[in-house]
Amino acid sequence: MDLDSLAQHCGEWLRGTGPDSDIVMSSRIRLARNLSEFPFPNRADDAAKLEIETLLSERMMALSQRQKLNYIRVSDLNALDRQFLVERQLISRELSESAGPRGVGISDAEDISVMINEEDHVRMQVIHSGFALDDCWAEINRVDDLLEQEISFAFDERLGYLTACPTNVGTGIRVSVMLHLPGLVLTKDIQKVFQALQKLRLAVRGLYGEGSQAMGDFYQISNQVTLGRSEEDLIKTIKEVIPSILKYERRARESLLRESREGLHDQIARAFGILSSAQTITTEETLHLLSSVRMGINLGLLDELQIPAINELLILTQPAHLQKVRKKPLESADRNIARASLLRQRLTAREHEKN
Amino acid sequence: MKKCRRCSKPATLHITEIRKGEVQQLHLCEVCAQKYLAQGNPDSEDSSPDMNVEELEASDELACPHCGITFRQFRSQGRLGCPHDYEVFETELNQLLENIHDGAQHCGKVPLQTGEANQDHFRLIKLRSELQVAVKDEAYEKAAALRDEIQQIESRIRTQTTA
Ligand SMILES: [Zn+2]
Ligand SMILES: [Zn+2]
Repeated sequence: MDLDSLAQHCGEWLRGTGPDSDIVMSSRIRLARNLSEFPFPNRADDAAKLEIETLLSERMMALSQRQKLNYIRVSDLNALDRQFLVERQLISRELSESAGPRGVGISDAEDISVMINEEDHVRMQVIHSGFALDDCWAEINRVDDLLEQEISFAFDERLGYLTACPTNVGTGIRVSVMLHLPGLVLTKDIQKVFQALQKLRLAVRGLYGEGSQAMGDFYQISNQVTLGRSEEDLIKTIKEVIPSILKYERRARESLLRESREGLHDQIARAFGILSSAQTITTEETLHLLSSVRMGINLGLLDELQIPAINELLILTQPAHLQKVRKKPLESADRNIARASLLRQRLTAREHEKN
Repeated sequence: MKKCRRCSKPATLHITEIRKGEVQQLHLCEVCAQKYLAQGNPDSEDSSPDMNVEELEASDELACPHCGITFRQFRSQGRLGCPHDYEVFETELNQLLENIHDGAQHCGKVPLQTGEANQDHFRLIKLRSELQVAVKDEAYEKAAALRDEIQQIESRIRTQTTA
């Protein structure tokens, strides 16, 4: 898999289609699995990690007839390429920043990724565009079944799949959906949503997962309990709560339109104005303004733009992506200039096409 | 997950004490537990936690023969050393697992390689938990179907064990 050619486009999960994709950016399910006779990665030395990586990557390649996965040795990549994979959500920050032999198998469509030697020996995920948890589960369950034919995972009758952290034991599943909730942020009702979710023992995180602040009104909602309930049951909990959040967000947008249509339209038009004319711009400001523009398109206030184009810009304007496209390392100030240039080109080109 | 009885952080330590002939459970976070052990009783009624300190230290020094991790190391880093640790620290982990999860019995997917008898066993656990949900949701038709399936598997297990 050639990382430089990947940089020109985005994974399928960003195409902005699928059910409720105006608010649900993506759905994701990951499973944690381990080999029973090896220490977990945090307690394995490089020799053990190499043995684990060799064994798992070979077994993974043996599946290629039924599920092609392109294997990348993350330990051989430089910091920029690792960050690039993090920005595309193909590997976690933990895998990028840890040490020793480790890697990832990625499907051509970039919807499946199987990490080796992350917190657990195997972390596999499926990510799809829109609200599509059933599809994600069917696919990751199939990949798990395939891997299981080649590998015997650590499993206990009482505790299920054994994981490095007791918070993942049992099903080893994390079900998550990424939501875009600018309406609820503007009406300041977002806190109520968080409280309701906490009562259901669901976690809310910012755009880049664990420990990060929400940026650009993007929030990831996921389960915390993994033991004592079935995978289907945990998926059901999230599937049942999302429609009410969507309804709440749509109502917030409607009331904003009703009460201050000009104000809202002005904010969105200014966001578009800055993005399509700035000469230098940070990642944070870009995310913040793209969030406004994204809502504007969904409300029909900016009709010259498409959602997939905005979704794509959310990734292409990230630091490592800018440097991959330019094919050279850029300092922060130069990245801000390159980012502004990319935004102007992408946002104004679409207007010209139309005229 | 249980909250620490002295602050709102999640409780990670569960100390069982016998005080005035009564068994008491103390749920504390790491920080408060250390203070408790240094100062004695958090409620300062009497102060004889010596036995608990010894017990706690004993489980802290417990080490896995496979990977060498001690329970103290697990508590400080939050990650276990190898899959055998769930067995080695079974008593110590049980309370923690029940606090962060819905009980301590897996009722999800089972590896296909586990063998047919075990498959039935797990299928039963899963169906029984689904039955509970169906009854709670008042989905009686589904509940009836689940009950039939449970009885079918139960009778299959019975014939297997008598055969
Ligand atoms: Zn405390
Ligand atoms: Zn161990």
